[in-house]
Amino acid sequence: MAHFDEKAKPFSHQWLNDRLAVDTLKRVLSTEYWIPKNINFLWAMGMVLAATFGLLLISGIFLLMYYQPNVNTAFDSVNYTIMTEVGYGWLWRHIHGVGASIVFLIIYIHMFTGIYYGSYKKGRELIWISGMLLFVLFSAEAFSGYMLPWGQMSYWAGMVITNLFSGGSLHADFLVEWIRGDYVPGQAFLNRFFMLHVLLLPLAIIGVIVLHFGTLRIPHVNNQTGEAIDFEEAAELYKAGKKKESKVIPFNPVFLSKDVFVMGVYFILFFYLVFYHFEFAMDPVNFDPADGLKTPAHIYPEWYFLWSYEILRPFPTDPGLIAFGFAQVIFFLLPFLDRSPNVAPAGRRGMFNLWFWLMLVDMIVLTFMGKLPPEGIWSTIGLVAAITFIGLWVALPIITKLEKKL
Amino acid sequence: MRELKIFAIVAAFTLILYWGVEPFAHSQMHKHVEGNNLVYNGKVDMEECAADKKESKKAFWDDVQKIADLKGDPVAGEGTYAMCMGCHMEGAVNMGGVTPPSLEHAGAIYDKNFLIALIKDPAIATNVDHTYPNGTMLHPMGSISTMVTQPQDIANVVAYLQTKKAGEVTPKEAFTEACGRCHANRYGGLTQLGEIPKTKSNIKTGKDLDRMKYDQKVAEEQASLAEYLGKLPPDLSIIYRARSEHFLHTFIEDPQSQLPGTAMPRTGLNEEGMEKVLAYLEETGDSSKQQREAVGPYVLIFFIVFTFLALLWKKYQWRDVH
Repeated sequence: MAHFDEKAKPFSHQWLNDRLAVDTLKRVLSTEYWIPKNINFLWAMGMVLAATFGLLLISGIFLLMYYQPNVNTAFDSVNYTIMTEVGYGWLWRHIHGVGASIVFLIIYIHMFTGIYYGSYKKGRELIWISGMLLFVLFSAEAFSGYMLPWGQMSYWAGMVITNLFSGGSLHADFLVEWIRGDYVPGQAFLNRFFMLHVLLLPLAIIGVIVLHFGTLRIPHVNNQTGEAIDFEEAAELYKAGKKKESKVIPFNPVFLSKDVFVMGVYFILFFYLVFYHFEFAMDPVNFDPADGLKTPAHIYPEWYFLWSYEILRPFPTDPGLIAFGFAQVIFFLLPFLDRSPNVAPAGRRGMFNLWFWLMLVDMIVLTFMGKLPPEGIWSTIGLVAAITFIGLWVALPIITKLEKKL
Repeated sequence: MRELKIFAIVAAFTLILYWGVEPFAHSQMHKHVEGNNLVYNGKVDMEECAADKKESKKAFWDDVQKIADLKGDPVAGEGTYAMCMGCHMEGAVNMGGVTPPSLEHAGAIYDKNFLIALIKDPAIATNVDHTYPNGTMLHPMGSISTMVTQPQDIANVVAYLQTKKAGEVTPKEAFTEACGRCHANRYGGLTQLGEIPKTKSNIKTGKDLDRMKYDQKVAEEQASLAEYLGKLPPDLSIIYRARSEHFLHTFIEDPQSQLPGTAMPRTGLNEEGMEKVLAYLEETGDSSKQQREAVGPYVLIFFIVFTFLALLWKKYQWRDVH
């Protein structure tokens, strides 16, 4: 039995400390959670993501109060009830729509930051893997949310993506029907994607966010040079008042103050988009109500799925599905495919530097081609880019194995 | 400085990405159509139609121009207009698939040459003559050519419309007259029969019989429209967000240019008519625009102040770290 101070008044500091160890929690999670000093604004992307997730959660709760998951009323509940009748409904919807798109931009920046600085290497593998898990969950969350307004693109994207589960020549149509709850997307389909979007996936996301934070605590955050810092020693220096000499800063308030500033800049951009430039996040095609008898001329996913869509598209069905499957899982394996022991920015890693920039440019090319109609030169460029993507991953273990130790 | 360089790289890649998936992709996906500045002279019709029809179309539109050059007499036109009122009247009923529209603001919203052409031959004027292989007389308004035959009569009735039926028109009236016979706008409370009447439920049964009767009438009207046009024309509540304004402008001006073979007739809107119709589509399709523009600046100012204060805090916290 622990010791409880008899004289402590209920909810006083001592009382809480005895029961909840608030001082220890504060120390471990905040004031003595050490962050390297040698970082740049890209290190704030995690908090920016957390803030964006918060915006999505809050705006989502407001939208949930008026949205109707019914094939007959869903479209108008979003486009009329929420946009016209509900006070500031339009604001919540635009925050939610823009947030859903921008969150992926930040995720990609966050991912490529990790790749560039080698933040997935020895000791930090679980940070990377839990982060990739979040990427997959966010993708599922984005897709399920995209179904809800029940517009043309909701319906046809739902049709195309669920069709993937037939596995090409395997003709696993029973699986597709099981996922849809019907032969085509309909009421059962809308209801289950609604459930996934507002309950199961957000729960899973919150859980994995906690895990992601947890994986950071022991290996600590990486820094701009990849230097292996003795955090205990550096912390002692800091606590002794030698702040200049110490290589670390506490999360709260020093690191946080920079995070909040970066978030401020981000919010200016974010709300500029919400008020003046939201069209990019809300595809015009989805403002036509779902119509199973009218296939849109161009069906394409939102921009953040285009690169993997383009890895699927230029190949025949079966190899396409295999390539697509490859693209979905391969990023998970990055910590094990990179065979070099060097934890350093890509700029100092020779061939890997080339690999990094080629991968970035290749994924942007794939993204462009994924939206364009698959005709003529676009198909060819898409095919070359898709093969390059696979080739780069095959080359990764080889070039990193050959990399000189720094 | 280093941070700014990194920011510049991130921003550059983000902008390239945006350019590729938005402006560039859309420029490649959609056919670009130049409008004809709302001039209705058959130019586009001749470019689009079958080769054997070019000559007759040219002759038709040349005649239209000749009539346009005549001086119309609105007083004499009023007599001729009495004939129009046989169909275009208050409480008009469906004739041959569609209900004749009200002409209350015809002189204000339609182009003069278009009106002349319409009276000469409605199917050619609206550029849907290809849907009448057995002769444009079969157009619901086709018989007009046997009723108003003299060029001077046409000039007169158009002069009448342009002087007496050219009052101030609201966006909603423009939409109802020009589009509303075929297209509903449920967010604007409009069906093909006009504004949805206010009705009451029977408090004992919970049923609204008047509304049920009205809904049946709408369903019947829609059925004849679908029969006549091949499909039910879409509800236009939110078309403003589903298509670009440029698309809507060029499509309304000449539907064939964007959707070859469509049953949608050209409506012959002039500048004022087009402006009013688009204003109405924006009103129902993007109803939050004014609020957005009113609230936006305050939110941005808030975050600019927030960011400035955050910068001061950051500088304070980092003062003795470096």
